[in-house]
Amino acid sequence: MSSQHEEEPVLVPTSVTSPRQSPRPAIRTERIALVDLLDRVLAGGVVVSGEVTLAIADVDMVRVSLRALVTSASALIKAGDDEEVPGQ
Amino acid sequence: MQPNGIWVYAITERVDLTPLAQIRGVGGRGVRTVAAAGLTAVVEDVGLAEFGEEALRRNLEDLDWLEAAARAHHGVIDAVAQQGPLVPMRLATVYSDDARIAAVLTERGADFRSALRRITGRMEWGVKAYADRQPEASDDSAVTAGASRPGGGAGAAYLQRRRNQLTAQKNARRETLASAEMIHAALSGYAAETRVHTPQAPQLTGIKAPMILNAAYLLDSARGGEFAAAVTALAEQHPALRLELTGPWPPYSFAGTGGEGGLT
Repeated sequence: MSSQHEEEPVLVPTSVTSPRQSPRPAIRTERIALVDLLDRVLAGGVVVSGEVTLAIADVDMVRVSLRALVTSASALIKAGDDEEVPGQ
Repeated sequence: MQPNGIWVYAITERVDLTPLAQIRGVGGRGVRTVAAAGLTAVVEDVGLAEFGEEALRRNLEDLDWLEAAARAHHGVIDAVAQQGPLVPMRLATVYSDDARIAAVLTERGADFRSALRRITGRMEWGVKAYADRQPEASDDSAVTAGASRPGGGAGAAYLQRRRNQLTAQKNARRETLASAEMIHAALSGYAAETRVHTPQAPQLTGIKAPMILNAAYLLDSARGGEFAAAVTALAEQHPALRLELTGPWPPYSFAGTGGEGGLT
Protein backbone atom coordinates (compact mmCIF):
# COMPACT_ATOMS: atom_id res chain seq x y z
CA MET A 1 0.00 0.00 0.00
CA SER A 2 1.40 3.31 -1.01
CA SER A 3 1.66 5.90 1.69
CA GLN A 4 1.95 8.83 -0.65
CA HIS A 5 -1.53 10.08 0.27
CA GLU A 6 -0.99 10.36 3.98
CA GLU A 7 -0.50 14.09 3.78
CA GLU A 8 -3.50 14.76 1.60
CA PRO A 9 -6.52 16.79 2.70
CA VAL A 10 -8.90 14.96 4.92
CA LEU A 11 -11.68 13.14 3.12
CA VAL A 12 -13.12 11.06 5.88
CA PRO A 13 -15.63 12.78 8.15
CA THR A 14 -13.35 14.29 10.74
CA SER A 15 -16.20 16.35 12.09
CA VAL A 16 -18.35 13.36 12.80
CA THR A 17 -20.85 14.13 15.47
CA SER A 18 -22.02 10.69 16.40
CA PRO A 19 -24.75 11.31 18.93
CA ARG A 20 -23.77 8.17 20.78
CA GLN A 21 -20.32 9.52 21.42
CA SER A 22 -21.15 13.16 21.75
CA PRO A 23 -24.39 14.97 22.33
CA ARG A 24 -23.14 18.16 20.67
CA PRO A 25 -25.50 18.87 17.81
CA ALA A 26 -23.67 21.51 15.85
CA ILE A 27 -20.72 21.18 13.52
CA ARG A 28 -20.31 24.86 12.82
CA THR A 29 -17.12 25.15 14.82
CA GLU A 30 -15.58 22.01 13.35
CA ARG A 31 -14.34 21.19 9.90
CA ILE A 32 -17.14 19.89 7.73
CA ALA A 33 -16.53 16.53 6.07
CA LEU A 34 -16.01 16.98 2.35
CA VAL A 35 -18.43 14.18 1.45
CA ASP A 36 -21.24 15.85 3.35
CA LEU A 37 -20.44 19.18 1.79
CA LEU A 38 -20.41 17.74 -1.74
CA ASP A 39 -23.76 16.04 -1.10
CA ARG A 40 -25.12 19.52 -0.67
CA VAL A 41 -23.25 21.82 -3.05
CA LEU A 42 -23.29 19.31 -5.93
CA ALA A 43 -26.60 17.53 -5.44
CA GLY A 44 -28.43 20.37 -3.69
CA GLY A 45 -28.86 24.01 -4.47
CA VAL A 46 -30.90 25.44 -7.27
CA VAL A 47 -30.04 24.74 -10.88
CA VAL A 48 -30.81 27.60 -13.21
CA SER A 49 -30.76 26.39 -16.75
CA GLY A 50 -30.41 28.23 -20.00
CA GLU A 51 -28.36 31.31 -19.49
CA VAL A 52 -25.39 29.99 -17.60
CA THR A 53 -22.09 29.83 -19.41
CA LEU A 54 -21.50 26.40 -17.98
CA ALA A 55 -23.91 23.79 -19.29
CA ILE A 56 -22.69 20.72 -17.45
CA ALA A 57 -25.63 18.47 -16.66
CA ASP A 58 -26.20 17.88 -12.96
CA VAL A 59 -25.61 14.18 -13.15
CA ASP A 60 -22.45 14.64 -15.13
CA MET A 61 -21.07 17.02 -12.59
CA VAL A 62 -21.70 14.75 -9.66
CA ARG A 63 -20.18 11.82 -11.50
CA VAL A 64 -17.18 13.78 -12.65
CA SER A 65 -16.49 15.01 -9.16
CA LEU A 66 -17.08 11.71 -7.46
CA ARG A 67 -14.63 10.12 -9.84
CA ALA A 68 -12.00 12.51 -8.57
CA LEU A 69 -13.04 11.80 -5.00
CA VAL A 70 -13.14 8.05 -5.30
CA THR A 71 -9.74 7.91 -6.90
CA SER A 72 -8.11 9.80 -4.07
CA ALA A 73 -10.28 8.41 -1.32
CA SER A 74 -9.69 4.78 -2.13
CA ALA A 75 -5.97 5.39 -2.04
CA LEU A 76 -6.42 7.04 1.34
CA ILE A 77 -8.45 4.18 2.69
CA LYS A 78 -5.96 1.60 1.49
CA ALA A 79 -3.18 3.53 3.15
CA GLY A 80 -5.14 3.60 6.40
CA ASP A 81 -6.34 0.00 6.24
CA ASP A 82 -3.83 -1.49 8.64
CA GLU A 83 -4.78 0.60 11.63
CA GLU A 84 -8.49 0.33 11.01
CA VAL A 85 -11.26 -1.76 12.54
CA PRO A 86 -9.39 -4.50 14.39
CA GLY A 87 -12.61 -6.35 15.21
CA GLN A 88 -13.61 -6.75 11.60
CA MET B 1 -6.85 37.78 -15.18
CA GLN B 2 -9.79 39.53 -16.77
CA PRO B 3 -12.93 38.73 -14.76
CA ASN B 4 -15.63 38.07 -17.28
CA GLY B 5 -17.58 35.38 -15.57
CA ILE B 6 -19.93 35.86 -12.63
CA TRP B 7 -20.23 33.10 -10.07
CA VAL B 8 -23.59 33.08 -8.28
CA TYR B 9 -23.76 31.90 -4.67
CA ALA B 10 -27.29 32.49 -3.56
CA ILE B 11 -30.45 34.49 -4.06
CA THR B 12 -32.02 36.33 -1.22
CA GLU B 13 -34.26 39.36 -0.70
CA ARG B 14 -31.60 41.66 0.64
CA VAL B 15 -28.13 41.35 2.07
CA ASP B 16 -25.80 43.61 4.02
CA LEU B 17 -22.35 43.34 2.46
CA THR B 18 -20.54 44.85 5.46
CA PRO B 19 -20.27 41.60 7.45
CA LEU B 20 -19.15 39.84 4.26
CA ALA B 21 -16.24 42.18 3.59
CA GLN B 22 -13.66 39.72 4.94
CA ILE B 23 -15.07 36.71 3.11
CA ARG B 24 -13.14 35.47 0.07
CA GLY B 25 -15.08 33.58 -2.53
CA VAL B 26 -14.10 30.85 -4.96
CA GLY B 27 -11.98 33.23 -7.03
CA GLY B 28 -10.36 34.93 -4.04
CA ARG B 29 -12.20 38.18 -4.66
CA GLY B 30 -14.90 39.61 -2.48
CA VAL B 31 -18.57 39.23 -3.17
CA ARG B 32 -20.96 41.84 -4.54
CA THR B 33 -24.64 41.85 -5.41
CA VAL B 34 -26.88 42.03 -8.45
CA ALA B 35 -30.39 43.22 -7.67
CA ALA B 36 -33.58 43.05 -9.71
CA ALA B 37 -37.29 42.55 -9.13
CA GLY B 38 -36.94 42.89 -5.37
CA LEU B 39 -34.40 40.06 -5.18
CA THR B 40 -30.64 40.08 -4.69
CA ALA B 41 -28.10 37.66 -6.10
CA VAL B 42 -24.85 37.36 -4.15
CA VAL B 43 -22.12 36.99 -6.77
CA GLU B 44 -18.40 37.17 -7.40
CA ASP B 45 -16.51 38.16 -10.54
CA VAL B 46 -14.36 35.28 -11.73
CA GLY B 47 -11.89 34.83 -14.56
CA LEU B 48 -12.89 32.51 -17.35
CA ALA B 49 -9.36 31.09 -17.49
CA GLU B 50 -10.23 29.25 -14.29
CA PHE B 51 -14.04 29.33 -14.31
CA GLY B 52 -15.01 29.12 -17.97
CA GLU B 53 -16.80 26.01 -19.12
CA GLU B 54 -13.73 24.19 -20.37
CA ALA B 55 -11.63 25.13 -17.35
CA LEU B 56 -14.42 24.13 -14.98
CA ARG B 57 -14.75 20.70 -16.53
CA ARG B 58 -11.04 20.17 -15.94
CA ASN B 59 -10.95 21.72 -12.49
CA LEU B 60 -13.92 19.76 -11.17
CA GLU B 61 -11.87 16.61 -11.72
CA ASP B 62 -9.13 17.98 -9.51
CA LEU B 63 -9.94 17.06 -5.95
CA ASP B 64 -7.94 19.86 -4.37
CA TRP B 65 -9.60 22.43 -6.60
CA LEU B 66 -13.03 20.91 -5.99
CA GLU B 67 -12.59 20.90 -2.24
CA ALA B 68 -11.39 24.50 -2.16
CA ALA B 69 -14.28 25.61 -4.39
CA ALA B 70 -16.86 23.67 -2.37
CA ARG B 71 -15.60 25.15 0.89
CA ALA B 72 -15.45 28.68 -0.50
CA HIS B 73 -18.92 28.37 -2.04
CA HIS B 74 -20.29 27.08 1.24
CA GLY B 75 -18.41 29.73 3.21
CA VAL B 76 -20.16 32.55 1.39
CA ILE B 77 -23.57 30.86 1.51
CA ASP B 78 -23.21 30.12 5.21
CA ALA B 79 -22.25 33.72 5.94
CA VAL B 80 -25.17 35.12 3.94
CA ALA B 81 -27.52 32.61 5.62
CA GLN B 82 -26.67 34.23 8.97
CA GLN B 83 -28.58 37.28 7.76
CA GLY B 84 -31.76 35.61 6.62
CA PRO B 85 -33.35 33.08 4.29
CA LEU B 86 -31.60 32.35 1.00
CA VAL B 87 -31.83 30.06 -1.97
CA PRO B 88 -28.36 28.50 -2.45
CA MET B 89 -27.22 27.92 -6.02
CA ARG B 90 -25.60 24.69 -7.06
CA LEU B 91 -21.80 24.78 -7.26
CA ALA B 92 -20.43 26.20 -10.51
CA THR B 93 -23.32 28.43 -11.57
CA VAL B 94 -21.50 30.96 -13.74
CA TYR B 95 -23.04 33.74 -15.85
CA SER B 96 -21.45 35.95 -18.43
CA ASP B 97 -22.93 39.29 -17.34
CA ASP B 98 -25.10 41.01 -14.73
CA ALA B 99 -27.94 41.57 -17.18
CA ARG B 100 -28.50 37.83 -17.51
CA ILE B 101 -28.59 37.38 -13.75
CA ALA B 102 -31.07 40.25 -13.47
CA ALA B 103 -33.18 38.60 -16.16
CA VAL B 104 -33.28 35.32 -14.21
CA LEU B 105 -34.24 37.17 -11.02
CA THR B 106 -37.09 38.81 -12.91
CA GLU B 107 -38.29 35.80 -14.88
CA ARG B 108 -38.19 33.38 -11.99
CA GLY B 109 -38.90 35.86 -9.23
CA ALA B 110 -42.12 34.16 -8.19
CA ASP B 111 -40.36 30.79 -7.84
CA PHE B 112 -37.53 32.27 -5.79
CA ARG B 113 -39.93 34.14 -3.55
CA SER B 114 -42.00 31.05 -2.84
CA ALA B 115 -38.82 29.06 -2.09
CA LEU B 116 -37.68 31.82 0.28
CA ARG B 117 -41.04 31.69 2.06
CA ARG B 118 -40.77 27.92 2.58
CA ILE B 119 -37.26 28.28 3.94
CA THR B 120 -37.77 31.28 6.20
CA GLY B 121 -37.02 30.45 9.83
CA ARG B 122 -35.83 26.97 8.93
CA MET B 123 -32.52 25.14 8.71
CA GLU B 124 -31.42 21.85 7.23
CA TRP B 125 -30.03 18.98 9.31
CA GLY B 126 -28.53 15.76 8.01
CA VAL B 127 -28.74 12.29 9.53
CA LYS B 128 -26.79 9.33 8.27
CA ALA B 129 -27.19 5.77 9.53
CA TYR B 130 -24.55 3.05 9.18
CA ALA B 131 -25.23 -0.65 9.67
CA ASP B 132 -22.48 -0.80 12.21
CA ARG B 133 -22.82 -4.04 14.13
CA GLN B 134 -23.85 -6.34 11.32
CA PRO B 135 -20.66 -8.39 10.90
CA GLU B 136 -20.03 -8.81 14.63
CA ALA B 137 -23.55 -10.06 15.31
CA SER B 138 -23.45 -12.72 12.60
CA ASP B 139 -19.98 -13.90 13.59
CA ASP B 140 -20.99 -14.32 17.22
CA SER B 141 -24.09 -16.35 16.51
CA ALA B 142 -22.24 -18.56 14.05
CA VAL B 143 -19.52 -19.37 16.55
CA THR B 144 -21.99 -20.13 19.32
CA ALA B 145 -24.12 -22.39 17.15
CA GLY B 146 -21.14 -24.34 15.89
CA ALA B 147 -19.61 -24.86 19.30
CA SER B 148 -22.79 -26.02 20.99
CA ARG B 149 -23.57 -28.75 18.51
CA PRO B 150 -22.20 -32.14 19.63
CA GLY B 151 -21.42 -34.98 17.23
CA GLY B 152 -21.48 -34.67 13.46
CA GLY B 153 -18.34 -34.47 11.36
CA ALA B 154 -16.31 -31.37 10.70
CA GLY B 155 -18.07 -31.03 7.34
CA ALA B 156 -21.56 -31.08 8.83
CA ALA B 157 -20.54 -28.63 11.52
CA TYR B 158 -19.11 -26.35 8.87
CA LEU B 159 -22.30 -26.47 6.81
CA GLN B 160 -24.45 -25.80 9.84
CA ARG B 161 -22.21 -22.93 10.85
CA ARG B 162 -22.34 -21.50 7.36
CA ARG B 163 -26.15 -21.79 7.27
CA ASN B 164 -26.49 -20.08 10.63
CA GLN B 165 -24.15 -17.38 9.49
CA LEU B 166 -26.14 -16.65 6.32
CA THR B 167 -29.44 -16.63 8.21
CA ALA B 168 -28.01 -14.32 10.83
CA GLN B 169 -26.67 -11.99 8.15
CA LYS B 170 -30.01 -11.90 6.36
CA ASN B 171 -31.88 -11.22 9.58
CA ALA B 172 -29.42 -8.58 10.63
CA ARG B 173 -29.76 -6.81 7.27
CA ARG B 174 -33.54 -6.91 7.46
CA GLU B 175 -33.49 -5.59 11.00
CA THR B 176 -31.13 -2.73 10.26
CA LEU B 177 -33.19 -1.65 7.24
CA ALA B 178 -36.35 -1.75 9.35
CA SER B 179 -34.57 0.27 12.04
CA ALA B 180 -33.46 2.85 9.48
CA GLU B 181 -37.03 3.21 8.24
CA MET B 182 -38.31 3.66 11.78
CA ILE B 183 -35.64 6.25 12.49
CA HIS B 184 -36.44 8.18 9.32
CA ALA B 185 -40.18 8.07 10.08
CA ALA B 186 -39.62 9.29 13.63
CA LEU B 187 -37.33 12.14 12.56
CA SER B 188 -39.65 13.14 9.72
CA GLY B 189 -42.19 13.96 12.42
CA TYR B 190 -40.03 16.94 13.42
CA ALA B 191 -39.48 18.22 9.90
CA ALA B 192 -41.39 20.53 7.60
CA GLU B 193 -39.87 18.66 4.65
CA THR B 194 -37.48 15.75 4.17
CA ARG B 195 -35.19 14.57 1.37
CA VAL B 196 -33.43 11.25 1.11
CA HIS B 197 -30.02 11.48 -0.53
CA THR B 198 -28.15 8.58 -2.08
CA PRO B 199 -26.12 6.82 0.61
CA GLN B 200 -22.43 7.69 0.44
CA ALA B 201 -20.10 4.91 -0.65
CA PRO B 202 -17.68 3.47 1.94
CA GLN B 203 -14.81 4.69 -0.26
CA LEU B 204 -16.02 8.23 0.34
CA THR B 205 -16.97 8.04 4.00
CA GLY B 206 -13.89 6.12 5.03
CA ILE B 207 -16.22 4.01 7.16
CA LYS B 208 -16.44 0.34 6.27
CA ALA B 209 -19.95 -0.19 7.61
CA PRO B 210 -22.46 0.39 4.81
CA MET B 211 -24.51 3.58 4.97
CA ILE B 212 -28.19 2.71 4.82
CA LEU B 213 -29.76 6.12 5.34
CA ASN B 214 -28.60 9.56 4.19
CA ALA B 215 -31.43 11.96 4.83
CA ALA B 216 -31.94 15.70 5.15
CA TYR B 217 -34.58 17.36 7.30
CA LEU B 218 -35.85 20.92 7.06
CA LEU B 219 -36.56 22.04 10.60
CA ASP B 220 -37.94 25.16 12.20
CA SER B 221 -34.85 26.81 13.66
CA ALA B 222 -36.17 26.50 17.21
CA ARG B 223 -36.44 22.71 16.92
CA GLY B 224 -32.72 21.96 16.39
CA GLY B 225 -32.05 20.99 20.01
CA GLU B 226 -35.15 18.85 20.23
CA PHE B 227 -34.20 17.11 16.99
CA ALA B 228 -30.64 16.41 18.17
CA ALA B 229 -32.04 14.92 21.38
CA ALA B 230 -34.36 12.72 19.32
CA VAL B 231 -31.40 11.48 17.27
CA THR B 232 -29.53 10.61 20.46
CA ALA B 233 -32.54 8.73 21.84
CA LEU B 234 -33.04 6.84 18.57
CA ALA B 235 -29.37 5.88 18.52
CA GLU B 236 -29.84 4.32 21.94
CA GLN B 237 -32.97 2.48 20.86
CA HIS B 238 -31.26 1.07 17.76
CA PRO B 239 -27.79 -0.03 18.88
CA ALA B 240 -27.19 -1.96 15.64
CA LEU B 241 -27.01 1.34 13.79
CA ARG B 242 -24.55 4.14 14.10
CA LEU B 243 -26.14 7.55 13.59
CA GLU B 244 -24.38 10.73 12.56
CA LEU B 245 -25.95 14.13 12.82
CA THR B 246 -24.72 17.11 10.80
CA GLY B 247 -25.97 20.65 10.75
CA PRO B 248 -27.42 23.10 10.86
CA TRP B 249 -26.90 23.66 7.15
CA PRO B 250 -28.25 26.35 4.88
CA PRO B 251 -31.20 24.69 3.14
CA TYR B 252 -29.29 23.21 0.19
CA SER B 253 -31.55 20.19 -0.09
CA PHE B 254 -34.76 22.19 0.11
CA ALA B 255 -34.15 25.22 -2.04
CA GLY B 256 -35.79 23.80 -5.14
CA THR B 257 -38.12 26.34 -6.65
CA GLY B 258 -40.39 23.72 -8.17
CA GLY B 259 -40.53 22.72 -11.80
CA GLU B 260 -37.16 22.44 -13.45
CA GLY B 261 -35.50 23.97 -10.41
CA GLY B 262 -36.34 20.90 -8.35
CA LEU B 263 -33.57 19.03 -6.66
CA THR B 264 -31.83 15.75 -6.94
